[in-house]
Amino acid sequence: MLYREAGQFKTTYQADQGIFPIAQDRYVVWAFLAVAFLVVPFFVNDYWTNAVLLPLLIYGMAALGLNILVGYCGQISLGTGGFMAVGAYASYKLMTSFPEMSMIVVVLLSGGMTAAVGVMFGLPSLRIKGFYLAVATLAAQFFLVWLFNKFGWFYNYSATGQISAPERELFGVVLTGASAQTWVKYLFCLTFLTVFALIAKNLVRGRLGRNWMAIRDMDIAAELIGVRPLMTKLSAFAVSSFYIGMAGSLLFTIYLGAVEVGEVFGINVSFLVLFMVIIGGLGSIVGSFMGAAFLVLLPIFLKNFMVDGLGLMPVMAKHVEILLMGLLIIFFLIVEPHGLARLWQIAKEKLRMWPFPY
Amino acid sequence: MNAFVDPAGMAGHSGMTKGEVLLRVDNVSLAFGGVKAITNISFDIVKGEVRAIIGPNGAGKTSMLNVINGFYHPQEGTITWRGKVRRKMKPYEAASNGIARTFQNVALFKGMTTLDNIMTGRGLKMHKNFLWQCLHWGPALREENEHRRKVEEIIDFLEIQAIRKTPVGRLPYGLQKRVELARALAMEPELLLLDEPMAGMNLEEKEDMSRFILDVNQQFGTTIALIEHDMGVVMDLSDRVVVLDYGRKIADGPPEEVQSNQDVIDAYLGVPHEN
Repeated sequence: MLYREAGQFKTTYQADQGIFPIAQDRYVVWAFLAVAFLVVPFFVNDYWTNAVLLPLLIYGMAALGLNILVGYCGQISLGTGGFMAVGAYASYKLMTSFPEMSMIVVVLLSGGMTAAVGVMFGLPSLRIKGFYLAVATLAAQFFLVWLFNKFGWFYNYSATGQISAPERELFGVVLTGASAQTWVKYLFCLTFLTVFALIAKNLVRGRLGRNWMAIRDMDIAAELIGVRPLMTKLSAFAVSSFYIGMAGSLLFTIYLGAVEVGEVFGINVSFLVLFMVIIGGLGSIVGSFMGAAFLVLLPIFLKNFMVDGLGLMPVMAKHVEILLMGLLIIFFLIVEPHGLARLWQIAKEKLRMWPFPY
Repeated sequence: MNAFVDPAGMAGHSGMTKGEVLLRVDNVSLAFGGVKAITNISFDIVKGEVRAIIGPNGAGKTSMLNVINGFYHPQEGTITWRGKVRRKMKPYEAASNGIARTFQNVALFKGMTTLDNIMTGRGLKMHKNFLWQCLHWGPALREENEHRRKVEEIIDFLEIQAIRKTPVGRLPYGLQKRVELARALAMEPELLLLDEPMAGMNLEEKEDMSRFILDVNQQFGTTIALIEHDMGVVMDLSDRVVVLDYGRKIADGPPEEVQSNQDVIDAYLGVPHEN
C-alpha cells in the first residue's frame, strides 16, 4: 500500500478491534461516504440511478444477507429469490393495508416477516448439510413463488396478478410511485445499506458472528465449546433472511414499482445473488459489495462497450455478454476461489512489500 | 512468564477442594451396534489431579472422553459430576458445566484468527443480547473488551502473542495445538480433557506443552484428564493412570505401580529391553 500502520500504536483493545485499524483506511471510507451522501445526490440522473446505482445498492443488500448465511455460517441457500419475494409481498400488503405507515417501518417489518419465513425454512439445517440443504432451500424458492401466484390475497386480487407500489411520501418528499425523484430513491437505499452494513459488521465481529464462523469451520468442536448449533444456525437464517427481505422490499417499492413474482424473483435471482457472494468473497462484508458491483456493472460495461464501441447489434451483444460473463466467472474462480475480497487482500499484502517480492 | 495471570480469577468454580472426587464414572458401557467400545468401566477423577488414560489403539480412550463431555451417551452406567448423578446431556451443556477439551486431530476454526478462536471459547461467559451486539457499543463493547483482556492473559500465558492476528489455518501444527489448548483454557474449565496433546510434536514442542499442562494444573487448579502415548510424558505428568485395553479397564493407580503391572506390560507397554 502507499501507506501502512507504522507509527499508529493502539493503546486500547477497542482501538485494536476497530473496523478499519489503519487511519488512512478510515479517512478513505469517510471520504467515500461523504461523496456518496453529499455529492452524488446532486448529480444523479435517471439513467445512472436506474441502471447502476439502485441495482448496486439493492443487490448489495441481498448479497450481504446471503453472505451472512453462506459465507459466515456455512449454510448454503438457493432460496434467495423466494425470500426477496416474501419481502416484496410483505411490503405490498403493509402499504395497501396501512397507508399511513412510514416507509422505513414498512421495509423493516418486511425484513422481519422474511426473517420468520427464513427461520421456518432453516429448520432442516440442523439435520442436513451441504448440497442436501441447498435442495431443501430450493424447495423454498419454488414454493414461495407458487404461493404468491396461487393465492389472490397476496396481490389483492388484481386482474394482472402483478403488485404495484402505491405512492408514499417520506419527510414530505415522494419516495415511491411514478412521480418519485431519483435522488430520493438513491438516498433512501443508500441509507438503509449503510446502516445495515455497519450492523452486519458489528454482528460478525461479536459473539454471534464468532459462533456462526465456529459452526461453519468445525461444527462438532463448536458444539463442544458451548455453541448451540440449532440456535446459531437459525439466527443466521433469521438475520440473513431479514437482509434479503429488505432487499426484496426495496427492489419492489423503490426500484421497480411493479413486479410479477415469477419474472422478478425466479430461480435465476437466487443464483445471481449466490454468484455475487461467491465471486465477491465468502465471509467478507466488503466482498458482498464487490461481488454485487461485479455482476451489476460488468454487463452494463460490456454492453456499452460492444454496442457503442464496436458497433455490434444489441442482440448479438447480449449473447456475447452472456458468454463473456460465464467465462469471467470461471476465470475468477480458478484464479482466486476465495473471491475478489481475497484478491484485494493479497494485493494489499503485496503492496506492503513492494518493490521486494517478499 | 505468568505474571499477569491471576489464578483466583481464572478458577471460578464449584468451590470443591483439592482431593474431592470431581467426576466418577460407574460401570459405563458404550456400544455402537455390535461393536463394544467400552465395557463396564469405572474410575474417578479427583479435583486438582492430572489423570492419564492410556492404552493401545482402539482401546476406547477417546470414546471415554466423548462420554465424559456428553458427545456419546453410554447405554449403561452412571456419570457423577461434582457429586451429582448426571442426566443425559448435550455437549454444550457439559461445556457450560465446566468441561472443556482439545482434540486428537486439531479441531480449530480454520478461517478465524488465533484471537477469534480463543474469543469463541469465551462465548459461554458473554451474555449481552442480540440488539447490543448489533450496536457493538456501550455494554456490548465493554463486555467484548473485558473478555479480550482475559484472552490476552491466556495468550501471554501460552506465549502466542506473535500469532494473535494470524488465521490459524496458516500456523504450523505445534502452534495449532497450543491455540487449541488456549481455546479450551478460555472456557475456564474445571475439568480439562486433553486428547493426545503431544501427538506429532518434536521433543522441544513436547517439553513446552508438558510445562504448559503442569502450569495450568498447578496455577489455575484445573483438573486434567489426558490421553497420551508418550510413556515418558505420562509417567512424569500424571498423578494417577488408568489403563484401557479392548474397552476394558486393566489397571488403575499411580504411574510406577501401573508401569510394573504385568497385564499392562503384556497389553501395551511391552517387555523392556534387556541390557
